[in-house]
Amino acid sequence: MDLKGKVHKFGDDVNTDYIISGRHKFKTLDMKELAKYVMEDLDPDFYSKVEKGDFIVGGRNFGCGSSREQAPLAIINADISAVIAKSFARIFYRNCINTGLPVIECDTDQIDEGDELEINLGAGVLHNRTKNIDIKIAPLPGVMLKILSEGGLVEHFKKHGTFNFD
Amino acid sequence: MGKTIAEKILSRKSGQDVRSGDIVIADLDFIMGQDGTSPLAIKAFSEMQATKVFDPSRVAMVIDHSAPSPLEGVSELHQQMRVFAGEQGINFYDIGDGVCHQLMPEQGHVVPGDLVIGADSHTCTYGAINVFSTGVGSTDLAAGLIAGKLWFKVPETFKFILNGTLPAGVFSKDLILYLIGDVTADGATYMAAEYVGEAIEALSIEGRFTISNMAIEMGAKCGLMQADQKTVEWVKVHSQKETHITNPDPDAVYAKVKEYDVSNLEPQVARPHTVDNVAPISQVAGTPVQQGVIGTCTNGRIEDLRNAARILKGRKINKDTRLIVAPASRQIMLQAMREGLLQIFVEAGAAVVTPGCGPCVGTHNGVPSDGENVISTANRNFKGRMGNNRAFVYLGSPATVAASVLQGKITDPREYLL
Ligand code: SF4
Repeated sequence: MDLKGKVHKFGDDVNTDYIISGRHKFKTLDMKELAKYVMEDLDPDFYSKVEKGDFIVGGRNFGCGSSREQAPLAIINADISAVIAKSFARIFYRNCINTGLPVIECDTDQIDEGDELEINLGAGVLHNRTKNIDIKIAPLPGVMLKILSEGGLVEHFKKHGTFNFD
Repeated sequence: MGKTIAEKILSRKSGQDVRSGDIVIADLDFIMGQDGTSPLAIKAFSEMQATKVFDPSRVAMVIDHSAPSPLEGVSELHQQMRVFAGEQGINFYDIGDGVCHQLMPEQGHVVPGDLVIGADSHTCTYGAINVFSTGVGSTDLAAGLIAGKLWFKVPETFKFILNGTLPAGVFSKDLILYLIGDVTADGATYMAAEYVGEAIEALSIEGRFTISNMAIEMGAKCGLMQADQKTVEWVKVHSQKETHITNPDPDAVYAKVKEYDVSNLEPQVARPHTVDNVAPISQVAGTPVQQGVIGTCTNGRIEDLRNAARILKGRKINKDTRLIVAPASRQIMLQAMREGLLQIFVEAGAAVVTPGCGPCVGTHNGVPSDGENVISTANRNFKGRMGNNRAFVYLGSPATVAASVLQGKITDPREYLL
């Protein structure tokens, strides 16, 4: 999987209420509609700035807070191709894999707003084109890689009918 | 080498001898979804081409987050849940029954030694009665509904040893806020927390729920406690299910251990906009508040209502302050009625609302206006959490909220209790 795009940078502890606020998420299952409000409390213009394939980059503990899967789904529907952070909250991390949104753990201090990145997930390489540096990324456990490569947990179940990691 | 509670429960439920770091597929004892997460799970369930849940008696869905429905769109989602529950024959709790995390233990669905998932991050609450319970998203929930199993990474454990006795006017909420402030919002990420020691043993089961409920606010996967005589007696009253009490081995291996003496703890308050932005009440006392909230899965239990009522009895809340009270379940509301607590709240000037999440998550029932300060017994104070990102949410114990709404400013409850 090759990903290319520019960076939208946020800080530490970006919680799921910031990703998609509770006041929107209970209203509808229309994720295209919810996508318009992604990151709204941190940056009201976020949705209009995103171009297809862009990245959200955070600091520590990205996605903390609630278990709402609307968070990764709204991010996907805002045309973000991956979320990159120093560390992730556990439920959000799982939800991203399950919904097919790549999550990348690495040192994000060397990534700034507007930087152009290229990521090869299979090879485990993140290249910051703007700064011309390679950043090491933490490998995903096999189980997660399998779910992600099949397009998420729904596809995994469609294919196997149950969990199948053999 | 011994095992932690988490390692023991996941070993038993996966039929393997596992240690932290292992990845297992384990059998689930119970699965829960609420109205913010179930509709997506139902959608994923049908996309996965499933027709039947693995065991309807081991599944519950709860309408609590927006109950009763404030909007047409929400009503539609609620209806999808009712239809699904009817077709599948699962346990179902409708508006007014209560908050999911109160109902699961109260209605006897979860007992010591169980492995439980819930599509809600505060599913860790049942750790207080020795249940390995953890929050998942809607797709994991759907997979669980179909397979009766889920994959888990066996977590490392962070052990909190809590010595001493909590002083009068200081509650389990103050203790857990203090711990979160100390280890911060990601201090236990990917780990199970185990809370032990005489300060935990001295707490009622209700007080213990408050602590396990907030384990997620330090990033933990679950907030486990050992089962003692109190646990056994409490569970016996609420459930007929067979229990598998699971206490850690004396030589269990912990990733981290921290020891505290709670004897001099002051009431604690979490300041906007993060739960780990905690201060002793002496540092925030005097901050004006326009709204108080008593309720939620953290502190909406009968003991919490009693603690608040003790302070509010015969008094009136400040004229520039509002108070919202939401008992955590129908049973608690009935009990509060019998004890005259609701009368005390209403006479003091409170608005008592439907058992459920109420104003906790900003869907309805008390969205603050711009620039307002709220003091709440909930577990989160994120910006926008209560539905307005220009409001400021402080978190404290039910006693702290009660004292604060009387004065219209954050107030040390010990002024009324000692
Ligand atoms: S009371 Fe609040 S924290 Fe608890 S389940 Fe409801 S919304 Fe979540």
